[in-house]
Amino acid sequence: MYMGIIEGTFPPRYRREVKYRNAFVGWRCKKCGRVFYTPRKRCECGSREIEEIELPREGRVVTRTVVRNPPKGYEKYAPYAIAIIELDVDGQKVRVLGQLADVDLDKIRTGMRVRATLRRIRAGRRGLIEYGVKRVPIEE
Amino acid sequence: MREVVIAGAGFAKIGERRNDRIGDIFAEAFRMLIDNTQIDPKEIEALVVGNMSAGEFVGQASLGAYLADYVGLSGIPAIRVEAACTSGGASVRTAYHLVASGAYDVVVAAGVEKMTDTPNNQTTSILAEAAHQEYETYFGASFVALNALMMRYYLDKYKPKREAFAKRSVYMHQNAVDNPRAQFRRPVKLEQVLNSTIVADPLTIFECAPIGDGSAAVLLTTPEKAKELGLEYVKIAGAALATDRLALHERDELDTLKATLRARERAYKQAKIEPKDVDLIEIHDAFSIMAVLALEDLGFAKKGEGRKLIDEGVISRDGSLPANLGGGLKARGHPVGSTTVYGVGEAYLNLLQKAPRKSPGGEVAVVQGIGGTGSTVSVFVLRR
Amino acid sequence: MIASILGYGAYIPRYRIKAEEIAKVWGQDPDRVKLGLLVESKSVPGPDEDTATIAFEAAMQAIERAGIDKSLIGAVFVGSESHPYAVKPTGTILASALGLNPKHLRAASFEFACKAGTEAIQAVIGLINAGLIKYGLAIGADTAQGRPSDPLEYTAAAGGAAYVLGPKGDSKAIAEIERVESYVTDTPDFRRRQGAPYPEHGVRFTGEPAYFHHIINSVKLLLEKLGRDINEYDRFAFHSPNGKFVRNVARRLGIKDLSRVVSLDIVRKCGNFYSGSTLVGIARALDKANPGDKILAASFGSGAGSDAFSIVVKDRITEVKSIGKSVDRYLNRAKYIDYGTYARYRGILVMD
Repeated sequence: MYMGIIEGTFPPRYRREVKYRNAFVGWRCKKCGRVFYTPRKRCECGSREIEEIELPREGRVVTRTVVRNPPKGYEKYAPYAIAIIELDVDGQKVRVLGQLADVDLDKIRTGMRVRATLRRIRAGRRGLIEYGVKRVPIEE
Repeated sequence: MREVVIAGAGFAKIGERRNDRIGDIFAEAFRMLIDNTQIDPKEIEALVVGNMSAGEFVGQASLGAYLADYVGLSGIPAIRVEAACTSGGASVRTAYHLVASGAYDVVVAAGVEKMTDTPNNQTTSILAEAAHQEYETYFGASFVALNALMMRYYLDKYKPKREAFAKRSVYMHQNAVDNPRAQFRRPVKLEQVLNSTIVADPLTIFECAPIGDGSAAVLLTTPEKAKELGLEYVKIAGAALATDRLALHERDELDTLKATLRARERAYKQAKIEPKDVDLIEIHDAFSIMAVLALEDLGFAKKGEGRKLIDEGVISRDGSLPANLGGGLKARGHPVGSTTVYGVGEAYLNLLQKAPRKSPGGEVAVVQGIGGTGSTVSVFVLRR
Repeated sequence: MIASILGYGAYIPRYRIKAEEIAKVWGQDPDRVKLGLLVESKSVPGPDEDTATIAFEAAMQAIERAGIDKSLIGAVFVGSESHPYAVKPTGTILASALGLNPKHLRAASFEFACKAGTEAIQAVIGLINAGLIKYGLAIGADTAQGRPSDPLEYTAAAGGAAYVLGPKGDSKAIAEIERVESYVTDTPDFRRRQGAPYPEHGVRFTGEPAYFHHIINSVKLLLEKLGRDINEYDRFAFHSPNGKFVRNVARRLGIKDLSRVVSLDIVRKCGNFYSGSTLVGIARALDKANPGDKILAASFGSGAGSDAFSIVVKDRITEVKSIGKSVDRYLNRAKYIDYGTYARYRGILVMD
């Protein structure tokens, strides 16, 4: 039960996470070369040498859904689409999760090509305006 | 390690229990356990409580001490364990080790969740805490949505008949009719399931487990102690817990729960069983896709063919592998932190022919619990 | 020559509302509105779009077209009258999201009604010429709000453009800004008080002593200093509160060929981008430009003032045309929405 007055993320956490929310950053294990979107301090190969990399902005939808009953703070945007997107990072398939924006919900398809952009994720009236990467369809 | 048995079970009625606090719900399950076993509560040496989010749902931490106190057990070691929706599995497995190690002879493994003191959107947010906070929840993924992503992937890949998924709900409601603790005790028709409101495409509301309050408790002890107390029991022949990467998108496969494969391998090996030896199952079918993946990943069907066990009625009450005889997560209900304890308790009752409705019986039961979208899976093998 | 444009990028949200749809709600005659304003529809930001997200899209393209190492960018100046925060700079949000180097980076939010974007451009030019930075990003973007039922509701739209600027003679220049002239007076044609949700305006007063007076003065000053006739320019971009003002100011400045005024199509289809208006106009002029072309652009900001720019297009323009999206591509994509959806997207419906 949250009794605080400040809505959304508290400033220290915002500051810590903002780069990973807004800039499209991933990680690569320097030893085995595995690329992942969600950070970890030690790779499953045993290496602790993990470097930050910029991920490619374009990708392909591998699965998708439409959120109609959103979590708290996301009501303004519902219904909205969520997808898992596959990126090609130097031949390696890397999956990321995110919302699709600027799409007609009845026209979302597995396999559609999308590009990362910056959008509002949630914003109340008094707290921080929180942004993050969302993906928009690549037209044509 | 000592042999461990389940020698009693108690359950609270699942539902929107507006008049009851979390302690009352646990107390109901605990009282039934005591009534059924007729043991002196002083015999209980430790209490383990599976609970996902009492802190968020009702603002209560120190759950072990609180619940022990509430039912007059104050003084004994009592702890809460958490593994999202299979916190109950973590509870049973922790209790299992407490007894197997020789530390205690009589331990109660319970699970409890009070989920109806928050508005819907907040409940949705709390449940989404089972997923990765920074990389899934933040971007607006609800827990249902993550399951829907797996289901859409499965539908795209194997192109199964949509009805096969929906049929599961029909069986489960059928099974719950005679279960006095079930949240929904009325049958549903296939068309109702298919035509119900879509929560997250392609999942309809009738394919998702409901929100409800509930609690279950099982008594774990040694065969010797059970005999001494005059209790019938089933053996815990295998008990395993495994994890996978937390975020769904980080998994190697979107249509396989590796944690199920890992837990199953260890549990079956410990119990020295193969899938063909299993007589009945309790699977974590919070969503229809999870039922299908469970059937495949527990080794009862090949990848892409789990739905056939549903479509062909194999998992119905009259089939060769009856599943979730008490109605499962869909119809019995899914008070998240208690769910796997209900599963273990129901399997115990059914193996001993003690369930309200006579079960098809059998020797071996497998119980599975899933935490998150498969980041933690518990698997138990019970043998009569 | 005072500075180079190395890269540019524009962005306009995909949603549109037609004048008919707004007129229907208020019982007004859509044909009179359309003829009176020469605006047929306007762009509407999606529920998750704001000045920062519009600026981000524009800036990404500008950086890509500039083809420079983005860590050399030393300033992110954003002009807007709809900054996401009343207090907290838009530029820092952008710098972080764009992955710019925080060392030696300047960021600021500019406000001068609709000419905050061209003020941002001049501020960056100043820093470059002072030797304080090598490259700088100047952005003008808005998600403008007009009070429901006010004539402004037909035009207050969303869009923006970003420019990577560098020193004169830079090898990556696609165009050069050869001169800027400004003209400013205290003319209260339009204002919004702190905390007020919608602006107030002087109705007919916004035209003659405000828009026309300031633009005509800044442009005349520019032409005088350069010793040039207005019809020597190939394309024109003017701040576009509506189509009629743009057409009239062009005529009064003596522009013979109105097809050279690239702003008319933008405002007709997408409305007024406020701080983004003139900058998107310049972007469209660059989209259509050939090496050697001359562009004249004049902004107008209520309160009031105008900045007039003379821009000469360089050879490298041909290299960047295949990069990013042209303004016309944005103009031609449109997802029309009804007033209810518009009200929801604009936050007119109170939900929290």
